[in-house]
Amino acid sequence: MGANPRRRRAAAALVAATALLVTTAACGGGDDAAEDGQITLTVDVFGQFGYEQLYQEYMAANPGVKIVERGTGGNLDEYSPKLTQWLAAGKGAGDIVAIEEGLLVEYKANPDNFVNLLDHGAADLKGNFLEWKWNAGLTADGKHLIGLGTDVGGMAMCYRKDLFAKAGLPTDREAVSKLWPTWQDYIRVGEQFTAKRTGASFLDAATNTFNTILLQTAGNAQGYSYYDTSDNLVVDSNPAVRQAWDTTMDIIDSGLSGKYAAWSEEWVSAFKQSKFATIACPAWMTGVIEGNAGPGAKGKWDIARVPGDGGNWGGSYLAVPKQSKHQAEAIKLATFLTSAQGQIGAFKAKGPLPSSPQALDDPAIVQATNEYFSGAPVGQIFAKGARELKPVYMGPKNQAVRTEVENAVRTVELGQRSPEQGWTDAVTNAKKAAAK
Amino acid sequence: MTVQLDARPPVAPAPGHRRRTPGVRLSRLDTRYSPYLYIAPFFLLFAVFGAYPLVYTFWVSLHDWDLLGSDHPFVGADNYTRLLADADFWHAVVNTLGIFVISTVPQLLAALWLANLLNRRLRFRTGWRMAVLIPNVTSTAAVAIVFGVLFGREFGMVNWLLDLVGLDGVDWKSNRVASWVAISAMVDWRWTGYNALIFLAAMQAIPRDLYESAAIDGANRARQFWSITVPLLKPTIVFCVIISTIGGLQLFTEPRLFHSGTNPIRGGPLRESQTVTMYMFENAFAPHYNFGYGSAVAWLLFALIAVVATVNVLIIRRLGGRMPGGRAAKGDSR
Repeated sequence: MGANPRRRRAAAALVAATALLVTTAACGGGDDAAEDGQITLTVDVFGQFGYEQLYQEYMAANPGVKIVERGTGGNLDEYSPKLTQWLAAGKGAGDIVAIEEGLLVEYKANPDNFVNLLDHGAADLKGNFLEWKWNAGLTADGKHLIGLGTDVGGMAMCYRKDLFAKAGLPTDREAVSKLWPTWQDYIRVGEQFTAKRTGASFLDAATNTFNTILLQTAGNAQGYSYYDTSDNLVVDSNPAVRQAWDTTMDIIDSGLSGKYAAWSEEWVSAFKQSKFATIACPAWMTGVIEGNAGPGAKGKWDIARVPGDGGNWGGSYLAVPKQSKHQAEAIKLATFLTSAQGQIGAFKAKGPLPSSPQALDDPAIVQATNEYFSGAPVGQIFAKGARELKPVYMGPKNQAVRTEVENAVRTVELGQRSPEQGWTDAVTNAKKAAAK
Repeated sequence: MTVQLDARPPVAPAPGHRRRTPGVRLSRLDTRYSPYLYIAPFFLLFAVFGAYPLVYTFWVSLHDWDLLGSDHPFVGADNYTRLLADADFWHAVVNTLGIFVISTVPQLLAALWLANLLNRRLRFRTGWRMAVLIPNVTSTAAVAIVFGVLFGREFGMVNWLLDLVGLDGVDWKSNRVASWVAISAMVDWRWTGYNALIFLAAMQAIPRDLYESAAIDGANRARQFWSITVPLLKPTIVFCVIISTIGGLQLFTEPRLFHSGTNPIRGGPLRESQTVTMYMFENAFAPHYNFGYGSAVAWLLFALIAVVATVNVLIIRRLGGRMPGGRAAKGDSR
C-alpha cells in the first residue's frame, strides 16, 4: 500500500476532489435545511424589540425552527441603509426584517422586494391591528401588504424627580401632569426650573421636542406633516409644521435646551450625569432611557402626561423579504410575533406599546407598571391614549426631509442661525432633499 | 515599471534551427509567454476589484439609479451637470481640501523632524522607532471614537484643559475650522509615525561621507539637514505626498465617527466637516439612495485626486529645484 507513487497520487487527487465536493455542498447548503430537517430563521431588528422570550416559546412549540436575531440594540440610522443594500443586492437580508414607520413608505415604493402577505392569508389578521396601523402596511392600491404592525409610539413626558425636587417643583406624576396642559405651560415650568440653577437643563435637545410637537400638531390637524396625502411636499405651506417650529423656537429662546445632539455620545453622557430634567417620551423611549441612564438612576425617573394632546411617534412593522428561502415559515413567525400575545410579551420585556386593540385591552397591559420609572403605571399612561391615536401620514422622502428640518432646528439651537434664517434653510434644504 | 522591463523574454535562439520539434516549440512559447502568466494574477485581481468597479461606477453615474428601484433610466451627463451646480458638493470639496492641508502639511514636517531625531545615535533606538508606529496599528474606528469623546463640547477633555488655563471651550463639532483641526489631529496622530519611518529608511540610505565632508566644510546640523538630507529625500517626499493626498482626499472614517447621533454622515448640522466621500455616501445610501448621483460624486472625487496629486508633485519639484544638491530630482522622473 502506498508503494506505487502513481496510485498514491491518484488517491490524493480523489481525496482532494471529495473534500472539494463536500465543501461545495456545505456552501450550497448554507442556512438551508440541515440533515435533521431543522431550519434557521433570521430576524433583523434595530433597538429593542423585546422578542427573546417569545423566540424561546416559539422554538419550544416548533422544534424544527431555530431563530437568530441580529442587530439588537443597534441604531436605526445604521440599520436602514444596511437593509436597503441587502434588498438591492437580493442577498443578505433576514427572513424577517423590521421596518420603522418613517421609512416604510420608501420601501413600499418598491413592493416587489417583499412577500405580499395578502397572498398568504394575512387578510384574516386585519382585526388584530388598529385600523390605521394595518392600512399603513398596505401599498397605495391596497393590493400588496408589506408588513404587519408591531408597536405604536404613544406619547408621554419623562422627567427626573430628583431634579424637580431640587428646583422646588412638585414631583408627584399627577401634580406634574397638571403643570403643563399646553406646550406654553411647559415652557413656563421650564423657565421656573432654569431660574433655580440646578446645574441641569430642562430638556435634552430641541430636535426631539420639535418632532414630538410636530407629530402631535399634525395628528390633531390634517393628519400629515411634511407631505400631504397626495405626496406633495408641503413643508412650507402646512400650518402644523410652522406651528411646531414656532413653539420650538420659543423653547430655544427661553434657554431650556441642553443642546445635546440626540442619540450622540454626548446625549448618552448627559443621561448618565443627570444633565437634563425632562425628555419627550414615546412608549419605546422608556427602554432607551433605562439603557442610557443606567441602573444608578432607577427610581429617579417618572412619567407624566405629554403637554398638548396625544400624538404618535414611531412604531414599526415586520416584513418578509422575497429573497427569504423560508417564506412560509417566516410569515408564520411574523404572525406570531405581531399577534396580541406576542405584542404583550414584547411590551413586558422592553416596553414597545402594542398596536393590537386586543392587547391594549388586556389586563397584562392595562395593569402594567414600570419599576425603573418609580412604578409608573405605564400601561394606563400609554395604552389609554393608544386607541384614539391620530396617525400622521408619511410621504415618500419623509426621512430625508425630516433630517433637513431637524438640522435647521439644531443650527438655531446652537446659535449658528437666527430662527428666521433657520426656517429659510429648513424649507430650501427640504425641497432640495425631496428632489433627490 | 523597471521590473517589467527587466522581465523581457531572453533573446531568441540562434537562427539555423528552423525546423523545430514540438518540445522546442513548447519551450519557446514558455519563454515568451510565461512572464505574462507570472504577472497575470495582479492584473486579474486589479481587473476584477479595480477596473471593473471603476467602469461600472461610471456606467451607473450616467443613469437615474434608485438603489431599490427596478428600472434605471439613462440620463446621460445629467448627474454631473447637477453635481457641478450643487453647493453642498463644493462645500464638501472645500472641507476635504481644508482638512487635507491642515493635516498633511504639519504631518509631513513633523514626520521629517521625527525621522531626523530617530536617525541620530539614541539609547533604545529600536524601541523609539517602534514606538512611533504604535498609533498606526490601532484601529481607525477606535481612534475616531476616542477623539470624538475627547473633543466633546461639554464633557470633553480638550475643553476641560482649555478651561483649566482660562480659555473658553470650543464647540468642536459644529464650528467649521475647529472640526477640521480636531479631525486633522486624529489623522496626524495616526499617520505621522508611519511617514517618519519611511523618511527614516530613506535617510539611512544617504551616504555618511556626505555629512562628514559637510561637517569638515563647517556646516552645522541644521545646514546639513536642509542641504543634504532634504534634497536627497525628495523622491521619498514625493511618494509620501502622493500617498497622503490619496488618503487625505478620501478621508471618511475619522470625520464619520467623529460625529455621533442622528445623521452623522452630514458631518455636523451645517455640514461643517463633511468630506467628499461622506457626501458620496449620503447620496448613494441613506437617506437618498440615489446611486447614480453618488457614483457621479465618486468620479469627480477621482478627478479631484488626480488634479491635486499633480499639483502637489509640481510644487515639490519646484521646491526641490531651488535647493542646492537637487540632483536627486532624477530619482522621481521614472
